[in-house]
Amino acid sequence: MRGIYKSFPGVRALQNVDFTLCEGEIHALMGENGAGKSTLIKVLTGVYTKDAGEICIKGITKPVHIKSPQEAQKLGISTVYQEITLCPNLTVAENLFIGRTNDLFVNWKKRNNKAESILKGLGIPAKPAQQLSSCSIAVQQMVAIARAIDMDCKVLILDEPTSSLDEQEVSKLFTLMRELKGRGVGIVFVTHFLEQVYEVCDKITVLRNGELVGKYQIKDLPRVELVAKMMGKELGDLADIHNKTQSSNRDSKEVIIETEGLSSTSGIKPFHFTAHKGEVTGFAGLLGSGRSECVRAIFGADKVTKGKLRIKGDNVNITAPIKAMKKGIGYLSEDRKRDGIIGDLSVRENIILALQVMQGFFKPFTKAQAQAFADEYISLLGIKTATADTPMNSLSGGNQQKVILARWLLTHPDYLILDEPTRGIDIGTKVEIQKLVLKLASEGMSITFISSEIEEMLRTCSRLIVMRDLYVVGELNGEDMTQDKIMYTIAGGVSQNVQKQ
Amino acid sequence: MSRSSNNSNTDSLALVLKALIRHRLFIPIAFLVFLLLINVFINPGFLRITLGRDSGGNPVLIGNLINILSNATELVILAIGMTLVTASSRGQDISVGATVAIAGGVIMRILCGNETQPTVLHAPIILALLLGCLAGMACGAFNGILVSKFKIQPMVATLILFTAGRSIGSMAMGGLKPKAAAAFGYYGNFIPGFPVPTPILITIAVVAVTFLVLKKTNLGLYTKAVGINDKSSSLNGLNPALIKFLTFVILGLCVGIAGFVQSSRVQTVNPYTIVPGIEMDVILAVALGGNSLGGGRFNMAGSIIGGYTIQTLTSMLTTLNVNTNAVPVFKAAIIIILVVIQSPIVKSFFGNKVTISKPTVGDGKERG
Repeated sequence: MRGIYKSFPGVRALQNVDFTLCEGEIHALMGENGAGKSTLIKVLTGVYTKDAGEICIKGITKPVHIKSPQEAQKLGISTVYQEITLCPNLTVAENLFIGRTNDLFVNWKKRNNKAESILKGLGIPAKPAQQLSSCSIAVQQMVAIARAIDMDCKVLILDEPTSSLDEQEVSKLFTLMRELKGRGVGIVFVTHFLEQVYEVCDKITVLRNGELVGKYQIKDLPRVELVAKMMGKELGDLADIHNKTQSSNRDSKEVIIETEGLSSTSGIKPFHFTAHKGEVTGFAGLLGSGRSECVRAIFGADKVTKGKLRIKGDNVNITAPIKAMKKGIGYLSEDRKRDGIIGDLSVRENIILALQVMQGFFKPFTKAQAQAFADEYISLLGIKTATADTPMNSLSGGNQQKVILARWLLTHPDYLILDEPTRGIDIGTKVEIQKLVLKLASEGMSITFISSEIEEMLRTCSRLIVMRDLYVVGELNGEDMTQDKIMYTIAGGVSQNVQKQ
Repeated sequence: MSRSSNNSNTDSLALVLKALIRHRLFIPIAFLVFLLLINVFINPGFLRITLGRDSGGNPVLIGNLINILSNATELVILAIGMTLVTASSRGQDISVGATVAIAGGVIMRILCGNETQPTVLHAPIILALLLGCLAGMACGAFNGILVSKFKIQPMVATLILFTAGRSIGSMAMGGLKPKAAAAFGYYGNFIPGFPVPTPILITIAVVAVTFLVLKKTNLGLYTKAVGINDKSSSLNGLNPALIKFLTFVILGLCVGIAGFVQSSRVQTVNPYTIVPGIEMDVILAVALGGNSLGGGRFNMAGSIIGGYTIQTLTSMLTTLNVNTNAVPVFKAAIIIILVVIQSPIVKSFFGNKVTISKPTVGDGKERG
């Protein structure tokens, strides 16, 4: 693929991106969220059509135009997505062959025999007549791969295949990938697990903001540099802007939140964490490293399976968000659209919701009270809305975020968790939110601020918890809070659990 | 806005008219009025209400409107519960007809015991009402658990009682078809000496309690929030499963009251034929009220008006001497028109027409 351009209304998703995949190699495609990985893959598989550039395939002299996924498959390009796209209620053999012939009559016995030989050849532990849903996720994924292979695919794209697999399943999948590599299949591997990249891949292509950062041999690119490239920072090229004000005397301050080996159903590894009064803490790490999962466990949004949580020194058992809210915790969730806004309700109702729920079922605010709350925060945060009656859906992303922020400020929490509060909103609002965070902290609120943008974290946080692959791998404060250190810690930090041993 | 307000009278009239048309209750009310007008056209004396005397010599109000108001009772009460269930669970309860049979069966059993023609009531009527409501709420709880805890689609979950309910009602009566003493008939007809049919009074009471509850509790806000986005709701401290469950139990309570009124009308219950097909009428009432059957925001007043609209339609077809077997066809035809008029496609089509023809009206875009 050479010089690929793709833009969507208002966004340039890909700009002049080159990507080369050779026979028999496993090639990692890396980049933060929104870097353009999925867009590139979708262009390659014909889901999107490219705006410019060309795609060449071995054995075909002219550049090809791929207009649909079916066409891509004919050219030998197959994709296996994170979510299984097979039919769980059919058998393994049916899944292998479905939709590939137009024959009305099928000799299933022959089919099953053929399926068995395919599965055996690839070492997949499944029986042809078994219903797919009775297989583990890993095996289902392998069946999807087998289907792709049997369609003579030369290029296999694996989009986050390991995110729902456990360690043993991952290693089985890797064995299969190496087997295919031996057969000359080129594999594009998209993942956010750094360890896995270094375990199986030969080459790495890094994208950032829709542009190509570079293509590297795995041995030439140490982990820390990969992290730097994904985040768009050269090592050493740093403006030291972090906020040192509160880091010095934090030990003297009151502890608000303390966790001891807390873990939840989300798969997060037990972690230790303390938050003090008037302090801004941050969770740093790549996407999927478990930042949100940590705070969700504190808030009771995921079911806590192990460990202790102390709020102001008292042991508490948070089983649902309402309990956390009553203990003075607020949580602005990561995915605004899915977990934050109640789209069809008015701005006013969205603002009062959390406080109203805390107040209780039988004590609704009067319309005047609700209006007063809404007016206060609309002017305090400068929310741009026609009236408080306007449906939430018709506000811009930044203003929606301010409404959610207002919702939590209205509950006057002692500890406020802001998970990606600035994602997808304009720069002006971002700065406003950052200033607000510092102001709230100076007034004594304890805040946890999570962001994918390192500068933002450095500017607002006084202490950073660093995470990788669902483990807490380090904690930085004061002088140590630099981009270099963060990247080194993400790449090479030792997990808290190992430290304890 | 400011431009048009100090303009000529016609402009401000247009604005008022437009606000009226955009009001969420406009179409439901307009259609009800339209149906009533047709009725007046067919029968000029349609709106007349007279004070007459029944066979016992007691004063009673007589008239088509009174009949409609009285006969719509079950439909309106069920529509109230169905509105909440629709909003919270994004689906409908199709078992209400069958569960009315259960509640009715329980009430008859309490009042008649094992006799078929008891001369006295076997238990106080209030006890029968309470146990009938309890039976309805138990059915609601059963449906609610299937929907909220086991996450079964409401229509599938309620299919169980839809299928089994009428037989359960028959079993509740011990397989008999008793007729209760005449005193039980007051609640479905008249209280001697008082000319307004009792069902109308019951409807007024239920509607009043409904609006009081919606005003004095957060039922409305919670139900809407859960129906629109249950993930967000749960992160705001709500328990979506509990709220969905609660709305089904409330519908169950409505079923109990409806069963009470219905069984009092003729003081007997045939579980296999009581309120036939009412579940579809109830769902239609909710839809006619301008509620999305996909849940979320709801409009309680709309559903209640919708209930009366359907009753008006039914009684109109009856007075026109339409063959009983053909009534559903006419009903369906009229309902298709109604639902299409309210569909987003038609609405946006007419919305565009309005803005094109009156480009001077300033607030068209803001609200659209």
